[in-house]
Amino acid sequence: MCLVGESGCGKTTTGRLLAGLIRPTSGRLLYEGKDVWQTKGADLARFRRAVQLVHQDPYASLNPTRTVFQTLSAPLYRHKKARGGRQALAAVSELLERVDLTPPDNFVSKYPHQLSGGQRQRVSIARALTVDPKVIVADEAVSMVDVSIRISLLNLLLALGREFGVTIVLITHDLAVARYFARHGRIGVMYLGRVVELAETESLVSDPAHPYSAALIAAIPEADPEITRGKKRVELRSAEIPSLLDLPPGCTFHPRCPLSEAGLCDVKIPELLAIPGHREVACHVAVRERTAEPAAATA
Amino acid sequence: MSTAILARPTLGQRVAGPMVATFEFLRLLATRPIGLAGFVGIVFFIFLAFVAPLFVPLRNDPSLVDIYQAPSAAHPLGTDFQGRDVLNQIVYGGRDILTVAILAALVSTFIAISIGSVAATVGGRLDTAILAITDVTLTLPKLILLIAVAAILRPTSFVFLAVILGLLQWSSLLRQVRSQVLSLKERDYVEAARSLDLGLFHIVFREILPTMRSYIVIHFILAMTEAMYAQVFIIFLGLVPVSGSNWGIMLYFAQGQGALFYKDSIWYILSPILAVSLVQLSLVSFAGALEDIFNPRLRGA
Repeated sequence: MCLVGESGCGKTTTGRLLAGLIRPTSGRLLYEGKDVWQTKGADLARFRRAVQLVHQDPYASLNPTRTVFQTLSAPLYRHKKARGGRQALAAVSELLERVDLTPPDNFVSKYPHQLSGGQRQRVSIARALTVDPKVIVADEAVSMVDVSIRISLLNLLLALGREFGVTIVLITHDLAVARYFARHGRIGVMYLGRVVELAETESLVSDPAHPYSAALIAAIPEADPEITRGKKRVELRSAEIPSLLDLPPGCTFHPRCPLSEAGLCDVKIPELLAIPGHREVACHVAVRERTAEPAAATA
Repeated sequence: MSTAILARPTLGQRVAGPMVATFEFLRLLATRPIGLAGFVGIVFFIFLAFVAPLFVPLRNDPSLVDIYQAPSAAHPLGTDFQGRDVLNQIVYGGRDILTVAILAALVSTFIAISIGSVAATVGGRLDTAILAITDVTLTLPKLILLIAVAAILRPTSFVFLAVILGLLQWSSLLRQVRSQVLSLKERDYVEAARSLDLGLFHIVFREILPTMRSYIVIHFILAMTEAMYAQVFIIFLGLVPVSGSNWGIMLYFAQGQGALFYKDSIWYILSPILAVSLVQLSLVSFAGALEDIFNPRLRGA
């Protein structure tokens, strides 16, 4: 599962909401059928543990005064997964091996400033794994590491997701990363605080329903400049992102949207509706066209 | 997995980190003459107050023929109104003053850190209440309150005096700790600790406070200077029952016995004043250097 969208559209906020770190201003967050913010004490703590966050900035997400061992062993002790130094060390070493920080005894006594960005990010991932989460929200987890190790981090996350049965929500602004990461999953496209399209990766990339998704996908540069130049560009009516403090009425995308219809898009807020192909989209025009087509075909 | 991983670190490995850190600290301190002088001064006065009395015999007998002598080989700092050696009194008079200063700083720092960090971490009404109490305490005139408290409670032991001093001076540090913690608690690693459900105690004492170590050490030193000043002040005023001998009591007697009217008594009056000032100066200059050393961005500036 991937969440993409441009800067400032609320991806990180969504991630933090998911992790139960901030309280939603409206609406509810359900976990095992219960509203998380109505639960208290043990239930809330259990939810918090079930959803872990891997932060964007590997230089801020590890406490500079604590060694790798201290960082990783604290949750183990706290949740009684390890008793005594030996057990903790064994568990920490195993975690470090899982995230490919080998040999582990090279890393246990290191402080964050002695590690590279990629290594720190691996420690962050290991830390998230200490509490056996069900969901890991990786908030731009690969944006701040070197391009050369991005792919290995993404593969690591995928492998860990399979191995531990963890759902990984990767938040990114980079559609290429999303496409690679969620090649067997789904991508949610966000625009100004709303999910505008939710679809399986291949169908989203090959045939975006929402005009904003189409614009995003058209903007991916290809390795071959000929293809890039030859790509059909989606002409936006404006390059400016509207102010978040003064959102446009109706569909927030209508001032920029090439398909915008006066009297419809600038009045009514589109809902996220299911369309054929196991996908959902929040666009009046797209919903009308896509649901109309098969109906016309059968008629 | 090899068993070598499971082996406990040897003593050498355990000591290596702190040793390196200490050497690095001394190297950085050596590049700051004022801070180094302060450090040497502190070591000197701690030695003078706590170690020297073990070797220097107490000479406390009045000798009426030696009243207010000028410095000489027998009395390097002259004599007092009863003909007693001033240097001897300085040596013996430091222990209580420094002990009280350290204890009072401990009490106030402890209050400020524990309550300040809890207020900031928990937030809400508790924070508002703690902040209100702190603000009221901040506006009280400290020395006048100290005089009143000392006059009512008549602290007979120095531990008691230290606790009173500590209770009077935590408020400004508490506000500073609170605001520091408020900014630190938004850090990603604190957020991670919250979502790992590590508990309030862990978050405050393992994640937040260690990053404030330098800050706390510096404020501890400054709290010592404050406590020392206040303590000498009320002893000088005679608000603490006079017992034993310390720099404050020396000043009290110097004033009470009219030492000001004798030409040669200048050494008697100046000695405790100089002792107090030099300790204060050492502490402040050392704290200033620490600030540079702990803050890498200020290094070399």
